[in-house]
Amino acid sequence: MYITERNKKYNAYVEAKMPKTKPWPSLFRAFWVGGLICCLGELIKDLCLYFFPYMTIADAYAWALIILILLASFLTGVGIFDKIGAYAGAGTIVPITGFSNSIASPALEFKREGLVFGLMSKMFVIAGPVIVTGVVSSIVVGLIYLIFNL
Amino acid sequence: MLNRVGKQTLIFRNKPRVIGSFSIVGPKEGKGNFGKYFHKILQDDLFGEKSYESAESKMLIMAITEAINDAQVNRDEIDALFAGDLMNQIISSSFAARTLEVPYFGLFGACSTMAESLIMGACHVDGGFARYAACATGSHFSSAEKQFRYPLELGTQRPPTSQWTVTGMGCTILGNSQKGISVDYATIGKVVDWNVTDANNMGAAMAPAAMSTLKAHFDDTGKTPDDYDLILTGDLGKLGSEILIDLMEYQGYKLGSNYNDCGQMIYNNTQKTFMGGSGCGCGASILNSYVYSRMKKGELKNVLFVATGALMSTLSSQQGNSIPSIAHAVALSVGGENV
Repeated sequence: MYITERNKKYNAYVEAKMPKTKPWPSLFRAFWVGGLICCLGELIKDLCLYFFPYMTIADAYAWALIILILLASFLTGVGIFDKIGAYAGAGTIVPITGFSNSIASPALEFKREGLVFGLMSKMFVIAGPVIVTGVVSSIVVGLIYLIFNL
Repeated sequence: MLNRVGKQTLIFRNKPRVIGSFSIVGPKEGKGNFGKYFHKILQDDLFGEKSYESAESKMLIMAITEAINDAQVNRDEIDALFAGDLMNQIISSSFAARTLEVPYFGLFGACSTMAESLIMGACHVDGGFARYAACATGSHFSSAEKQFRYPLELGTQRPPTSQWTVTGMGCTILGNSQKGISVDYATIGKVVDWNVTDANNMGAAMAPAAMSTLKAHFDDTGKTPDDYDLILTGDLGKLGSEILIDLMEYQGYKLGSNYNDCGQMIYNNTQKTFMGGSGCGCGASILNSYVYSRMKKGELKNVLFVATGALMSTLSSQQGNSIPSIAHAVALSVGGENV
């Protein structure tokens, strides 16, 4: 009883004492970097449409995604992306650049444990949950769609 | 005659002494506040190896070998090596011991290993079981990140309570000698857990353990914090050491300006390490460089080194367990008092 009470008190004390992330500066940084990445995506799409007039809009968007993924993986490989991520937080994680980084970084980290059991199996340790959530939520959304459109 | 006082404290009547020491750190630590004290600063934390784990082991080998050289003894005369690290199954230490070919005890005390190895070494030398004992430990930022957190290149933000694992090793050679720094007392810590579950807030998890050991040390020996020129905790960090000061005050002991924490001291404010350093190497590298060097100069006479360790694993944290912690205290002095 005394111990539970003491632990509760101690944790409340620690909670009050510990430094917190300041929300406004973090939000601002995430906003401008994330916004910039999205603008870059739009720019790539527009350039695609400008230079290749016969390209469909869907294809142009696909190219924008591919180029952003490539760029993020490249920046991960040369060791710059983690610094941008540490600055911008969600600004780089939420766009597709974050997904690219979350696959490229464990691949780099675990390549020393071999191609199969290192690189290939550890590649999805961080992105895996994202994929699972994506697939599961698409099933749920699909079911809702199915029920209401019968 | 029992070589103990009180409940948890050992007395070393034969005065095992520090006869050699060595510290080696990575580039970031070299740029920190103690750059001029460390014996060797690496330019590249891979140290010419293929993996960070191998680099960690190589650094440990170097620390032990150079400490043996510093002590001016032969490797054959090292009758026991006490070493540990943070890697699963303490591979860095065991792999180092494989190369060194000396009788070896592998220890795991997480970040408290420097004090733990010193206590074991002092017991062996004091009891006449070893002519010389090597006590070593260390950690590597990159291998620890890989094992405990995220890949290095992942673009995440660290929480403000987080600490930075020190890339650094330290080794102390203990032996019987007439002069030098002696190990007088050791207080063996109990595992303490006040139900902190946040693995990004190790300082808060470990502070109660440090308090428990410090209190036991003062109760057992009848000493007070003022009897020491320096009371140095291992890696509580900025937040943890502030908590410790509060907890000790609550227990009736005032930690004044003679108290500091290796984690809090090792990096400077521009290095973005939030609460400071952590890891076995944090206390080990500072004890084996800065502390011994100031003691040898006579600037510090009595030092209480309290290394703290968080005894959790990634699995236990993911399963929602709280973080059990431990702290061991070692009282060092120059000249040696009569006990």
